[in-house]
Amino acid sequence: MKVRISKFLLALLCTACLCPSAWVVPAQSPHLGEELLISNNEVGPYGGRLVVSLRSEPKTLNPVTSIDISSREVIAQMTGDLIHINRVSQQTEPALAKTWRVSPDGRRYTLQLRRGIRFSDGHPVDADDVIFSFKVYLDENVHSPQRDLLVIGGKPVTVRRLDPYTLVFELAQPYAAAERLFDSVAILPRHLLEKAYHDGKLSQGWVLGTSAREIAGLGPFRLKEYIAGQRITLERNPYYWKADRKGNRLPYLDEITFLFVTNADAEVLRFEAGDTDIINRLSAEDYSVLEREQSARSFRVYDLGPSLEYNFLFFNLNTVAAAESSGIATKQTWFRLINFRKAISLAIDREGIARLVYRGRATPLWTPVTPASKFWINTAISHPPRSVDQARRLLESVGFSWRQDGTLADASGSPVEFSVITSVSNTQRTQMATMIQADLKELGIRVQVAPLEFRTVLDRIFQTRDYEAAVLGLGGGDIDPNSQMNVWLSSGNDHLWNIGQTHPATAWEAEIDRLMEKQLSTLKAKDRKLLYDRVQELLAENLPLICLVSPNVLVGAKDRLASFKPAILDPHTLWNSQELFFTGNGTVGKP
Amino acid sequence: MKQDKRTAILLVCLGVLHFAVLFAGFFSPYDFSEQDRRLPFAPPTRIHFVEVPGKVHWHPFVCLLVERSGVFGTYDEDRQKCFPIHFLVRGTPYKLGGMFESNWHLFGVNAPARVFVMGTDGYGRDVFSRFLYGGQISLFAGLLATVLSLGFGVLLGTAAGFYGGWLDAVIMRCVELFLALPWLYLLFALRAFLPLNIDPGQAFLLLIAVIGSVGWARPARLIRGVVLSAKERHYVLAARVFGGSNSYLMRRHILPQTCSIILTQAVLLIPQYVLAEVTLSFLGLGVGEPVPSWGNMLATLQQYHVMVSYWWMVFPGLALIPVFFSYVLLASALQTRAT
Repeated sequence: MKVRISKFLLALLCTACLCPSAWVVPAQSPHLGEELLISNNEVGPYGGRLVVSLRSEPKTLNPVTSIDISSREVIAQMTGDLIHINRVSQQTEPALAKTWRVSPDGRRYTLQLRRGIRFSDGHPVDADDVIFSFKVYLDENVHSPQRDLLVIGGKPVTVRRLDPYTLVFELAQPYAAAERLFDSVAILPRHLLEKAYHDGKLSQGWVLGTSAREIAGLGPFRLKEYIAGQRITLERNPYYWKADRKGNRLPYLDEITFLFVTNADAEVLRFEAGDTDIINRLSAEDYSVLEREQSARSFRVYDLGPSLEYNFLFFNLNTVAAAESSGIATKQTWFRLINFRKAISLAIDREGIARLVYRGRATPLWTPVTPASKFWINTAISHPPRSVDQARRLLESVGFSWRQDGTLADASGSPVEFSVITSVSNTQRTQMATMIQADLKELGIRVQVAPLEFRTVLDRIFQTRDYEAAVLGLGGGDIDPNSQMNVWLSSGNDHLWNIGQTHPATAWEAEIDRLMEKQLSTLKAKDRKLLYDRVQELLAENLPLICLVSPNVLVGAKDRLASFKPAILDPHTLWNSQELFFTGNGTVGKP
Repeated sequence: MKQDKRTAILLVCLGVLHFAVLFAGFFSPYDFSEQDRRLPFAPPTRIHFVEVPGKVHWHPFVCLLVERSGVFGTYDEDRQKCFPIHFLVRGTPYKLGGMFESNWHLFGVNAPARVFVMGTDGYGRDVFSRFLYGGQISLFAGLLATVLSLGFGVLLGTAAGFYGGWLDAVIMRCVELFLALPWLYLLFALRAFLPLNIDPGQAFLLLIAVIGSVGWARPARLIRGVVLSAKERHYVLAARVFGGSNSYLMRRHILPQTCSIILTQAVLLIPQYVLAEVTLSFLGLGVGEPVPSWGNMLATLQQYHVMVSYWWMVFPGLALIPVFFSYVLLASALQTRAT
């Protein structure tokens, strides 16, 4: 008897211990009148836990204030948007809005919300939630990073409700592809956040320590638990508004766990060991290590081809106070010569960079638009091959000459040398700079590579503007040219080589300004493409950024993971998390 | 006798290494910055004596390396295309000891073959050539920094010990301050303030200045102790009574007492400072690309895939072991001799 009791107690104890992780929220069966989105995916079984690593711990779970990649990655799983960009087709598709209509002048969008859908806590969704959400994002006191996107032609977007399920958005001026703006603008639960908003405490709300009951969203998953320094676990949203074609409510997975693994090497090791099911943003070197092992172990790595990231070398063309940094000012007389920049571009061995730095898993670039945006790339732009002779001729034509020892000297006889800053933590960019150094040595130019801490690099480029040249990369985001407005407009804050000009410094920058503004208000994609083609031509002719390479998107996943459709657009892997499921023995993921 | 013999052997070994490093231009087959982009991460070249059909050559030869198509960094030897290794050949010009131009190299092979005794790095640069040139920075930074810090140390230590009083107090408090400073962080801060455009020569001098000025505190304290005890010896007191001036006393009686200590200290400090240079360059605070030093060569090992895939990249690290060992043994031999 005694033994039996103790056994019973033991069993009870075990169940008690196991319960929290074994407890699974079942998906609600569809209600009458609920307008679910029927997704055309492979039908799979329920169950399983997906484990993914995050490079850093998220800072917040608040969609209104999050900026860092890790937070956004987790939040993306917990929230829904009105219109969504399909990461594979790169086209917009209905999400919470089941249909939308654009007025002929392109300024009014009428959206129909899905009826009968609920937040992850079971509370119904209606137009008031949408209006509340946009009110929050557009409130200047909230300081939401989304606000900039929603201010068009200097005026914020206005939202009106026609009935509980119909909304009208009005823009101050026609805005091309405006429906893309709705992507990733999370709809917030008014019933949970309105009080905090009125108290002015919204931006402090929904931090990592917030209890799971106080957070709700429209994503496929909802918060389960967060363990500081270790992991954050999301569980199935039982009210999610998508179903497969057999009427099963998505997602299939019971849980997603994000492990905090702070460095890339550890991330690879954990994936290799089978601790994680998916790996994002693999480096080319790690890809080759994993590729060798993929047959022996049960995972696969994918090379998706060129990404949207473009890496480039650029010179400081800011008007810097000459007295402050006379050294830079004298060098800028070279940097401002188009032929000087062309000569540099001709002397750089892009193929070599792609091969040595990225193991060939990168594409040489001559313009900032990478082959990933198949629609927008201007294929007519020539790709002049490396030619040191031609570079020499160009330099000669603008008054440069060579000294006895082979050093390049300018018209006044002073030797041509400059420093290139890069981020020390980004090995690839430092390697690119080192290769450029060797390439330019052939022209007699002495280059110093200065790897600095990333913050220092940004500070020098954006604040003090105390640098001569830099190697940097941009990209991510969307394929649409609108996402690059800030880079190409001469008044833009990311107009790296000469930031925030009051008047365009050169004729070609003025033309780019005009073209970019025009494409923004042109509604036909074909016409916009013609305008953007010209922008690319101007960039290729004037080389404010000497583009180098675009690395491929490299990811990996377990063999057992089905419906895995990695995409070029961010987030590369988890964008269709609701469709993922495990095949094979049972439906249980890694314990 | 046996001890002397061992010391002699150690001295010869260190001498040979320093000689090879000093005349790196001659002993290395290539320039340290020459990139062969066809051959990144090539393993050490195999040196053959036997041709395929069992034909033995007295002359060593190497075969052309061909990258296996589609597999980065994997190479096959083309046994059809073999090239003999020539000794005393003309090649890339260099400056011997920074002065005499020359283009003679100890060994080399005809293009298109390449001989990489220690393989190549990620840019296809010869690790052996970089190792020798890198030694110039690492070993001589150690030597020069030792001279500098011992110079300071002897000067300040003797002054403090000999004159005593407030001077002693001031110098010793400085010593304590220097020992307590968090140097690594100060160096990071210093690097952020320096101009970006410092060339490798300036960076090298800066490195020596930094290591040397950080390191004077310990030898100063040691020498102060020796001077303190020496100046109370009876014969020193007697010499003073007979009217010996301060400078005479120091020259004649006190400094000779510190000689063996200084020598042993020097031999102990050199490897420490070599390591300091390696550490600073490893962290990116030393000389910049493309100039090699053992530290910045080892820095590539911070990447996991390099560590697991390309074992020859650890050569500079391995070389540190015998160098340190020799110096430490030499120090202990000197110590024994002195007592």
